[in-house]
Amino acid sequence: MTERSDDVSHFLSYPRFIWRALVESTDGNIYFYVWMTLLTALALVGANAWAHQVADGMGITGMSDHVSWGLYIANFTFLVGVAAGGVMMVIPAYLYDDHEMHDVVIIGEILAIAALIMALLFVIVDLGRPDRFWHLIPGLGQFNFPMSMLAWDVIVLNGYLLLNLHIVGYLLYKRYRSETPDRRWYIPFVFLSIVWAISIHTVTAFLYSGLGGRYFWNTAILAPRFIASAFVTGPAIIIISLQLVRYFTKLPIPKGPIQTLISIIKVTILINLFLLGAELFTEFYTGGSHAKSATYLFFGVGEHTALVPWIWTAIVLNIAAAIMFLHPLAREHFAFLNIACILAFIGLWIEKGMGLIIPGFIPSPLGEIVEYTPTLAEWQITVGIWAFGLMIYTVALKIAVRILTGESNLQRDQKPKKKAVDDSGSA
Amino acid sequence: MTEPTESQTTPDRPEPDDETGFTRRTALKALGATLGAAAFARAMAPLRSWSSEQSMDEFLQQHYKEMSPEEMEQVLRRLEQETLEQYGADVHIEDLPPQEGVQFGYALNLAVCNGCRKCAEACHKENNHDRSTNNSYIRVFEMEQGSLDFEKGTADYDHTVPAAGKYYMPVQCLQCDNPPCVDVCPVEATWKEEDGVVVVDYNWCIGCRYCEAACPYHARRFNWKKPEVPTQEVNPVQAYLANRIRPAGVVEKCHFCLHKTRKGEMPACQQACPTGARVFGNMLDPDSDIRWVLENKRVYVLKEDLGTRPRFFYFFD
Repeated sequence: MTERSDDVSHFLSYPRFIWRALVESTDGNIYFYVWMTLLTALALVGANAWAHQVADGMGITGMSDHVSWGLYIANFTFLVGVAAGGVMMVIPAYLYDDHEMHDVVIIGEILAIAALIMALLFVIVDLGRPDRFWHLIPGLGQFNFPMSMLAWDVIVLNGYLLLNLHIVGYLLYKRYRSETPDRRWYIPFVFLSIVWAISIHTVTAFLYSGLGGRYFWNTAILAPRFIASAFVTGPAIIIISLQLVRYFTKLPIPKGPIQTLISIIKVTILINLFLLGAELFTEFYTGGSHAKSATYLFFGVGEHTALVPWIWTAIVLNIAAAIMFLHPLAREHFAFLNIACILAFIGLWIEKGMGLIIPGFIPSPLGEIVEYTPTLAEWQITVGIWAFGLMIYTVALKIAVRILTGESNLQRDQKPKKKAVDDSGSA
Repeated sequence: MTEPTESQTTPDRPEPDDETGFTRRTALKALGATLGAAAFARAMAPLRSWSSEQSMDEFLQQHYKEMSPEEMEQVLRRLEQETLEQYGADVHIEDLPPQEGVQFGYALNLAVCNGCRKCAEACHKENNHDRSTNNSYIRVFEMEQGSLDFEKGTADYDHTVPAAGKYYMPVQCLQCDNPPCVDVCPVEATWKEEDGVVVVDYNWCIGCRYCEAACPYHARRFNWKKPEVPTQEVNPVQAYLANRIRPAGVVEKCHFCLHKTRKGEMPACQQACPTGARVFGNMLDPDSDIRWVLENKRVYVLKEDLGTRPRFFYFFD
């Protein structure tokens, strides 16, 4: 009977907990306010550009009937990888019982949440009729499941978002109340989320690789390539996040997790390069019209060379990052490590974004070459979504860190309103 | 909770109005939130004029296949009214179902096509295409003699036709029997009808353009903006799944002029062709021209290896 009354009270206390956390997250030092104001401004510029896009039509983008997906879908693809990459903390923490990783695993799950929200926003801004989004809701609209890979993607992305919201929310809630989490309420979901993380990027790869008319995408190693690069970008962002958390907060960040993530990247960054090489061998050795997109991407066709600087930048950055991660300095010198992470991040953002989506459309299935350059509006919307995602990431990390360090705690909150004043300086 | 910034209280003392729970910081936050909300409303302002053009009936409209005949009737009258308001044109929009015992097929004689693009022009007018982009469901490729490779051809030729050493290949939707575009649509806004025509419900499409990526023949078009058609040029004979003026933000494609062909007429491109290269008809009718071509000519389809099974055939005499 007590259990039941407990359940009822959770329905009230959980929303109260979330509200309390959100309210507390608006406190911070001057750096925090400057950072959030900057992000808000960028997000508003993006919102404004999107409003114009809806009102005036998608003609304000650089896309055309020939290149019908552009910067938005490129970012979407990349961000699904980032979300899946968050699982590279979960696997060591739960499958290999890495206790140090266990203490900070929530950062990976929060990264997944922020990346998923960004990915979903990139889909929404790519829709010609965002007002008809409800047609996509199973039960309400007409859901072409299981035939359409996009229908699958709607399910796996939203499912992964819910899984991570549950895991993060539950564990923080319990910690906030100084209670031991009930394993039944999170362990099954954690293991499900590991499988699910792989599925989100696999399904996203199938979106492209299933199209027989687009030779550049129609390759069985697209999904493995997606997974390999996801397991570079996710850990790279987490490595930088862990250091930022250590710098700005009181949460102790052990050395172990960062070393583990470096070890992971050392392997995955090479696998990614290997798979890219295997793909390029097949393309260029075979040649013919199937290799036309790759030729356009790497060398240009005639005077059409818009993507050539992009892809060579990506190749140089990825190889440089790989060498840096393999260098012993990466384990000792944080600045060196951070540069490697940033290079890998930018390199893969290009390779799995602009370098993957755009050449799929060039040349068109009827051999025409129409190039694509994103317009200002597209850049504004893209930066706006990234800014919004970083806001979510910042606020969620802030809430989590304050709970993990005990700065935010139920008992403490319930004390009479004589405010604790000793926790200044933490963002 | 507090930081020693200039405008705020020092952390050593309790905040001044702590009794009431109202602090300077709270006031600043409220101000920030208000400013943020105002800025957001300002940023989203362009949506206001746009949303005033969208009706609630349109927003709540059901999928084509889910609507009762009465609901369909209301939708058709509403669309006619909207066309009158937005384009000044008095049009009649029908909902034409496929006919029993009809399977449409199309064949094109490459030996006689001279690349004049009259078909593309007729399509442009018949189907109320956007005038500013000169859109058409048909693109005519000037191909190199001795090659079927599109990469050696061009759709952008601008000279007297036919040119020496060239032949001409019009391409439009092939109405595949195994259409990849239909498979990928996440909301079933496009489907294959009983008579073989692949159609789009322009009021259900969400504009994700996945079908455009999936089509191996570049047959689909997206409305990147609201189509412009002068009042006197609007073709008033329209059908729901066919040539009614499309809204912005949705995909469209060739529908074999079903607003004509389902009433026994020929499609506009066939009627416009001066060379007789185009042969259209009911493949189930043993006396039809299309049947004769399929039985007596060596026809082929584009990219047969992809397994899309087009019902648009090419042949050389």
